[in-house]
Amino acid sequence: MSEQAIVDPDIGYQLIPTEASDYATQVDHLYYGLLGLSALLIAILVGLIAVFGFRYHRSRTGARRPRIAGKAGHRIEIGFAAMLALFFMGLFYWGSHLYMDVYGDEPSDITINVIGKQWMWKVQHPDGTREINTLHVPVGESVTLRLTSQDVIHSFSIPALRLKRDAVPGFYTTARFTASQTGEFRLFCAEYCGNDHSRMRGRVVVMSRADYEDWLTRHGEGPSPAVAGKQLFQSHGCTGCHQDSAGAPAPALDGLYGRTVPLEGGDTIVADEAYIRDSILQPQKHVVAGFQPIMPSFSGQISESEIFQMIAYIKSLQPGDWHQDDASGATQ
Amino acid sequence: MITASHAEHASGHYLSHDWTLRGWLLTVDHKRIAWLYAASITGFFFLGGLAALLIRLELITAPGDLLSSETYNKMFSLHGIVMVWFFLIPSIPATLGNFLMPMMVGAKDMAFPKLNLLSWYIYTVGGIFTLAAVIAGGVDTGWTFYTPFSSLFSNSAVIAAATGVFVVGFSSILTGLNFIVTTHTMRAPGLTWKRLPLFVWANYATGLIMVLATPVLTVTLLLLGLERGLGIGIFDPALGGDPLLFQHLFWFYSHPAVYIMILPAMGVVSEIIACFSRNPVFGYKGMVISIAAIALFGFVVWGHHMFVSGQSLYAGILFSFFTFLVAVPSAVKTLNWTATLFRGHIWFSAPMIYALSFLGLFTIGGLTGVFLAALALDVHLHDTYFVTAHFHYIMVGGAVTAYLGGLHFWWPKMTGRMYSELWSKVAALALFIGFNLTFYPQFLLGYSGMPRRYHDYPEAFEFLHILSSLGSGVLAIGYLLPLVYLGWSLWRGPRAPANPWDAYGLEWLADSPPIKHNFTETPKVTGGPYVYD
Repeated sequence: MSEQAIVDPDIGYQLIPTEASDYATQVDHLYYGLLGLSALLIAILVGLIAVFGFRYHRSRTGARRPRIAGKAGHRIEIGFAAMLALFFMGLFYWGSHLYMDVYGDEPSDITINVIGKQWMWKVQHPDGTREINTLHVPVGESVTLRLTSQDVIHSFSIPALRLKRDAVPGFYTTARFTASQTGEFRLFCAEYCGNDHSRMRGRVVVMSRADYEDWLTRHGEGPSPAVAGKQLFQSHGCTGCHQDSAGAPAPALDGLYGRTVPLEGGDTIVADEAYIRDSILQPQKHVVAGFQPIMPSFSGQISESEIFQMIAYIKSLQPGDWHQDDASGATQ
Repeated sequence: MITASHAEHASGHYLSHDWTLRGWLLTVDHKRIAWLYAASITGFFFLGGLAALLIRLELITAPGDLLSSETYNKMFSLHGIVMVWFFLIPSIPATLGNFLMPMMVGAKDMAFPKLNLLSWYIYTVGGIFTLAAVIAGGVDTGWTFYTPFSSLFSNSAVIAAATGVFVVGFSSILTGLNFIVTTHTMRAPGLTWKRLPLFVWANYATGLIMVLATPVLTVTLLLLGLERGLGIGIFDPALGGDPLLFQHLFWFYSHPAVYIMILPAMGVVSEIIACFSRNPVFGYKGMVISIAAIALFGFVVWGHHMFVSGQSLYAGILFSFFTFLVAVPSAVKTLNWTATLFRGHIWFSAPMIYALSFLGLFTIGGLTGVFLAALALDVHLHDTYFVTAHFHYIMVGGAVTAYLGGLHFWWPKMTGRMYSELWSKVAALALFIGFNLTFYPQFLLGYSGMPRRYHDYPEAFEFLHILSSLGSGVLAIGYLLPLVYLGWSLWRGPRAPANPWDAYGLEWLADSPPIKHNFTETPKVTGGPYVYD
């Protein structure tokens, strides 16, 4: 049993958690809107039950007045349904609009990789700095979290940012936020993931840019992900096929990222992170046109964090890079 | 007294007729099968309740101290599995529905009496598997069995528990089939579709959902078993599978399953409110259309359980849209129940208190469902106690409260005995107060960020957890009391007349308790339902 200490931030009970981003404030406005509507409807309902229960109690006998006629009844029903539907459509739009903000794919200032694992969060910063169960981010900059899991489904939840995203094995999911307030906030795993699910929690530390830089230098260790990825690329023998000179059995990868790749069978696919990940783990899934499906799978030989490094390396390759590499490659 | 009851026995109502073990276990009488179900689901209800009590005891303090994390996880899994499949799904349909559907349409029995008995045996076999899983050490996947945790990572009795659920699904399908065919073919002369009681409409719609949705669960659990037992890659990405596929399939059944639980409850409440306000249900046609709309839209909202899962952004938006839509017919029903009280002649009997509790609790459950339908808000609230509170307001505040209301309403018909007026009101109030005390604090916990299924939690949440646990104690009283006074009434309760509430509906024309074939002669129907003056 892992009995690692839990690092809960020192926050008391908050009916409404700190709004650590503008987005959080907007979500709360939606919440207040719905609370208002609900309070009104419940007050009307309870009021009517109370009034009717008193006014029309069976002890109060007397001549009964006629009930609402069928036609008027239909009008009431349809009017009520239409009014409610109108309100709901407004709320639907409001909620969806904000949803696009967190999960949309606009570019951000920083992309941080997060890997869920029974029972901890592993975080990788762009410069290669790593941390566990804590996420340090600079204030005022947009951050994209790119999540995946090494085993079961987890969910990265930061209530102060009104943000939550599942980390699903075999997939990359993303979520965006821009913190507007420095401080320490709660971090939870929200999707049940086994025995120590409730211990898979920690802190999000929002700091100024300068403090973040400082923190990175103090904790930074090892090479950047792209450099680490290059080392992996060589040590796993990928260069043997991919980086061979003319007539290589595998496609060259420089300038690959973001390009549209033609596949065997006539389809095309955009070479994004998921494509690169799939090509490493399930090479038969998308075979590039003109090549044989001979690449072995590296599933089980390479961890999720190493895949992130490989992707970082491949993303860093500009068109023509390898041509120069080959020239100088003799010295490596 | 003894002679009197002898005389009655000689006349032969369904209970006195052949009171032997064989007479019960081989019965094809829908009324006796209803009792077999009632006894079984009551057993499972208290088993699931015991698990809930342990959960609430553990959560009184922030550190995970009373139970180990394994035991805690097994407790909430047991609670969910038992309450959903072995109590809530069969609750109203298999007991009140079984007893009343044939009577309300003026028939002697269900269309397929033997299938009806078979469905109870299948339920029992499924139940035995589930109990075996508990004895084998329990299961820790939660009632949702999410993959790849359930298929590869859990070390508990997943296969046994899933088999129990797999098997019990067939009993659900058979009950649904019986409801559909009975409604279509067994109606008394003159009982047109427009004259059917809303309870029949609700159970008919429930039958359709059972028959259409349950097979998907069956297949899903089969696939889960194939992956776990034989290593065939379906949901596990390491084997080329897709973990989200499981969620899609699971919720394709499990969301409509919520309507399997709530539609019959709505049927019960319609009958009770009409009777005790002595008014016809306001907007009968609107009520029927709403039932149909809920049943239909219930099939296209499953993705709202997956807003944070990584399903496509646009799928999320579409599912949110349909979820808002499904709230409209539910709201119309609430309006109509309230309007039924208008210019009525209201009697706050115990069933009425339950029905009005339902109205309030269901409304809170429904409105908080609208919070969760709003995408961005769901991202914050997903997998928190807000969701726990929301679905308990629907399933417990709604379905269980209506079940108890219905049980009290038709108790005189089913047993031929009256129960204590005073104690039944005390129990109904204890339930209302205990329920709100238990679950209202959970909404607050949820918005402040407290995740579900946590055994150990930050101390800041402790106070609200204590309130919730206190409430669960009061709630337990609300559930135990009826066991006592209803049980007592079986032997000591005053004899019930055929129609103690002066209610309309064919079931009230029969004796209390009814004779073996319900009616001495087939009733003829000449008017609509709820002809209260």
